Amino acid sequence: MESNHKTRIVADAGKQELFIIREFNAPRDLVFKAFSDEHILVQWVGPKEMNIRYEKFEPWAGGSYRYVQSLPNGMEFGFRGICHEHTAPVRIIQTFEFEGLPEKGHVVLETTRFEDLPGERTKVTVQSVFQSVADRDGLVQSGMESGVVTSHQRLDALIDKKMIN
Amino acid sequence: MRRDVFQAIADPKRRAILTLIALQAMTPNALADHFDSSRQAVSNHLKILTECQLLKQEQSGREIFYQLNPKKMKEVGDWLEPFRNLWEDKFNRLDTVLEKLKKTKNGK
Repeated sequence: MESNHKTRIVADAGKQELFIIREFNAPRDLVFKAFSDEHILVQWVGPKEMNIRYEKFEPWAGGSYRYVQSLPNGMEFGFRGICHEHTAPVRIIQTFEFEGLPEKGHVVLETTRFEDLPGERTKVTVQSVFQSVADRDGLVQSGMESGVVTSHQRLDALIDKKMIN
Repeated sequence: MRRDVFQAIADPKRRAILTLIALQAMTPNALADHFDSSRQAVSNHLKILTECQLLKQEQSGREIFYQLNPKKMKEVGDWLEPFRNLWEDKFNRLDTVLEKLKKTKNGK
């Protein structure tokens, strides 16, 4: 059964943060587990055309994580961070960094909150705090681009075009 | 000169100008009082925002007031949509995963 819940993004102009809000038709313990187990995470995190593997996953205060997303053409993108707090079933606080950025030092502080709703439902709110407004808008824009380029075939088509011109 | 709306709002000062004008229509002088930058700099930002049709000018006596163009602002609001779709995709997959987890839990 698919739920009809819609994901909401709140990103006010000129702010360094954004919120991702979604409700799920599952009890809080279960939703928290889906965010806390690498074997479950690989089933839903990451754009659908990409494979994802965890090289490290330590969901406890002071632990760290690293995962790699790979495209069918072999391109790989690494992401990593440090776990600051992993308090079942209410809150996860961690840093998040994309290793592929041209320069270091653009780290995001990510807080995920899990709220009980009536009828065995759960509300998840992810708050991402960036180091600058430009960092935040850059991430949103990059999401935009990967949303447009939905498969590596399209990427290939672009490369072909460039070669023709 | 072709102006890109997203380029226009990429500048934090221009976003601040939009936020102020969203509250009420303003003259360039009234706006400039809110910023450290020169009047010239503020009027340059206003020029860009107007060229992108994010702002409209309205003459009132000797003064020019700037106000938002809601139609164009709606377009800008949509800049989040592709990012939202990415998350929607993930969370739709999570819905399916949760349904499976619920069944295994009940099966035990």
